[in-house]
Amino acid sequence: MTTKEYESYYVPSQSHWPIIGAIALFLIAIGAGNYVSNLNSEESGYGGYVLLAGIALVLYMIYGWFSDVITESLAGKYSHQMDNSFKQGMSWFIFSEVMFFAAFFGALLYLRVFSVPWLGGEGNNAETAAVLWPDFTAAWPLLKTPDGTETTAMGWYGLPLLNTVLLLTSSITAHFAHSALIKNNRSQLKVWLGITILLGLAFMYFQVLEYAHGYSEEMRLYLTSGVYGNSFYLLTGFHGMHVTLGCIMLIVMFFRVLKGHFTAENHFAFKAASWYWHFVDVVWVMLFVFVYII
Amino acid sequence: MTTDTLENTEHHEEHHAQPSGIKRWLYTTNHKDIGTLYLWFSFIMLLVGGGLAMIIRAELFQPGLQIVEPDFFNQLTTTHGLIMVFGAIMPAFTGFANWMIPMMIGAPDMALPRMNNWSFWILPFAFSILIGSFFMESGAPNFGWTFYAPLSTTYSNGSTAFFVFAVHIMGISSIMGAINVIVTIMNMRAPGMTYMKMPLFVWTFFITAYLLIAVMPVLAGVVTMVLTDTYFGTSFFNAAGGGDPVMFQHIFWFFGHPEVYIMILPAFGIVSTIIPAFARKKLFGYSSMVYATASIALLSFIVWAHHMFTTGMPLFGELFFMYCTMLIAVPTGVKVFNWVATMWRGSMSFEIPMLFSIAFVILFTIGGFSGLMLALTPVDFQYHDTYFVVAHFHYVLVTGSLFSIFAGTYYWLPKWTGHMYNQTLAQWHFWCSIISVNLLFFPMHFLGLAGMPRRIPDYALQFADFNKWVSIGGFAFGLSQLLFLAVVIKCIRSGEKAADKPWDGAEGLEWTVASPAPYHTFSTPPAIKDE
Repeated sequence: MTTKEYESYYVPSQSHWPIIGAIALFLIAIGAGNYVSNLNSEESGYGGYVLLAGIALVLYMIYGWFSDVITESLAGKYSHQMDNSFKQGMSWFIFSEVMFFAAFFGALLYLRVFSVPWLGGEGNNAETAAVLWPDFTAAWPLLKTPDGTETTAMGWYGLPLLNTVLLLTSSITAHFAHSALIKNNRSQLKVWLGITILLGLAFMYFQVLEYAHGYSEEMRLYLTSGVYGNSFYLLTGFHGMHVTLGCIMLIVMFFRVLKGHFTAENHFAFKAASWYWHFVDVVWVMLFVFVYII
Repeated sequence: MTTDTLENTEHHEEHHAQPSGIKRWLYTTNHKDIGTLYLWFSFIMLLVGGGLAMIIRAELFQPGLQIVEPDFFNQLTTTHGLIMVFGAIMPAFTGFANWMIPMMIGAPDMALPRMNNWSFWILPFAFSILIGSFFMESGAPNFGWTFYAPLSTTYSNGSTAFFVFAVHIMGISSIMGAINVIVTIMNMRAPGMTYMKMPLFVWTFFITAYLLIAVMPVLAGVVTMVLTDTYFGTSFFNAAGGGDPVMFQHIFWFFGHPEVYIMILPAFGIVSTIIPAFARKKLFGYSSMVYATASIALLSFIVWAHHMFTTGMPLFGELFFMYCTMLIAVPTGVKVFNWVATMWRGSMSFEIPMLFSIAFVILFTIGGFSGLMLALTPVDFQYHDTYFVVAHFHYVLVTGSLFSIFAGTYYWLPKWTGHMYNQTLAQWHFWCSIISVNLLFFPMHFLGLAGMPRRIPDYALQFADFNKWVSIGGFAFGLSQLLFLAVVIKCIRSGEKAADKPWDGAEGLEWTVASPAPYHTFSTPPAIKDE
């Protein structure tokens, strides 16, 4: 690293976007807090509206903030070092997302290895199980909970398998798009990026179908169906939210590509979106293995 | 590390003039402004959390219920803990990180200045939600700062959703702050400043930031499960649906134990900066300090269940977590011995930062030893959930973390404000604090050993004598902090002009710039010479 690189590190002047972002998160927190508090009661509070206002404000903030960043980037204010800051920031953000999923995978592991078998009397819990839940048999998927809620298990074939194929393919097409960008082949870039987005949207569509199937009379697999339903919906649900976010990122990239943004050397935003996409893909593979198959 | 002073003071044209008024603070991207905001916010939270603690101590002044209802008492202990952990100690350290890291590594600012502003401004909103819940119909959270299920799920009051979302946005703030620290340190060091040349202060914040991005998301996960269990009918922590309330404790403490080190590793960094300055010797065993810090951080991920010895874990689990926990005493011991060895035969002087640092070394070690006692599974069955635990973690967090924050403030205050502070008043602050804090927390050991449980508004008559002294100590300690406020305000407004390097033994790039530090420092990086 030479001194010259350091001289050009761009320190932005004052910005009003962060405080708007902080207010937006405040609105989301109190809106969601109020909304959730009233879920199980008759009264309907202000929560929903405040929550929506917060989400709208956060979207406005992201739009404005990123516009500033893009303008600065196009104006050539960013150095190689700045690019590194962005890259490292994005990598550690993805790492923090990994840890968020780790909490839920950890919970799934604990439920399967300890909690459910212990309720069935394993370890030194034979007498406890006999006294508290004499009719309960430990099994995974947990189709009948100790208090008698019954449900059915989501198989791994059919929609989940199809979704696995879709998402894995999209990761490959995302890579092709990235390679095309590096080779400066804009038309290939547009095609592969477009296919990636379509595959992502298809995944989301089938995921909705799968949820509808789960909530049908036939399956009766609800969020409230004991720890099997809990872990199924929370893990796939948070993954689905991340796929949605990833898809939005890719769509934004698509429009920026149409506008002629990015060069073969300088395309951090594209890289970040594609890293994020690979990350949701890896999470899905883990989900497919630990939630659906095993 | 030495540097050429003159070339750093050149003003760079690309830099903007220092803005003024409220917009300066709301829109700022300047690491020094943001550091100042963090530090003031943390001090206000310290006073709020301290005020809650004084109501607790007033209630516990004598047995029986005098001032508050038991439910409100629970709200007090809960919010006191949450405010002190997330509102006072953590933001104070982030404030130090913001102020000092760019100056110590020769960077023009933090790597991502706008995100830095966002990280800070989330906090006042998050804490206004938390404190605002006192004024809700149901009252504030009442399940302890550890929010164990089912207290926080089945038996929680109406503010739980607000608590959950407040914790979520605090977590977002911490993660962004930590990413900023990591990227700044990895990417913005002046040429020639290799990792092993960084001040130890920078190292400890670097490692702390990794702990933060690793465990804050886990906290987000566990509060989410609390939310769905409470409001959406899931049963993660409910045996009737196949879950387990003990699972809550596992996930919480997987976050919670590294969190404990998030609050002490930066303290190690501050003290390791101050002791060499006033012993006028280089820090003894710099590289062993780095490795010890890293070892403590790594070990913190495999010791969480020592908070849960009495939950009926399998014997193997109890033994594993006991031995791993005791292993932490080794790197911690390395640190304490290194501090002592740094002082050994140094030409010591006892300015205020040094007084607080020496107090830190002694009192933190007491807290460490009581931690070692608690790590022993069989004896923990006796100590668990007693005032012994309260004494332990207040020794490490108050006389540990908080004292290091005082030490650091007194050390860098001349650099921040350009003035020397009133030494007499600061001496009063130190001596009042050190006497009252021991009166406050030391008898808690005896109370705990005698069996007084924590988190109760009433107690048996046999505990009354010690509790009276503890309460007196508590009020004295709380009021002593007003002296600190007075010192800081006086120092900002007036005082003898501080030299660029007011401490003759101090080392580091921050002393090569003027006092007060110019709004922008190191627009061009300084040259780091080999010694």
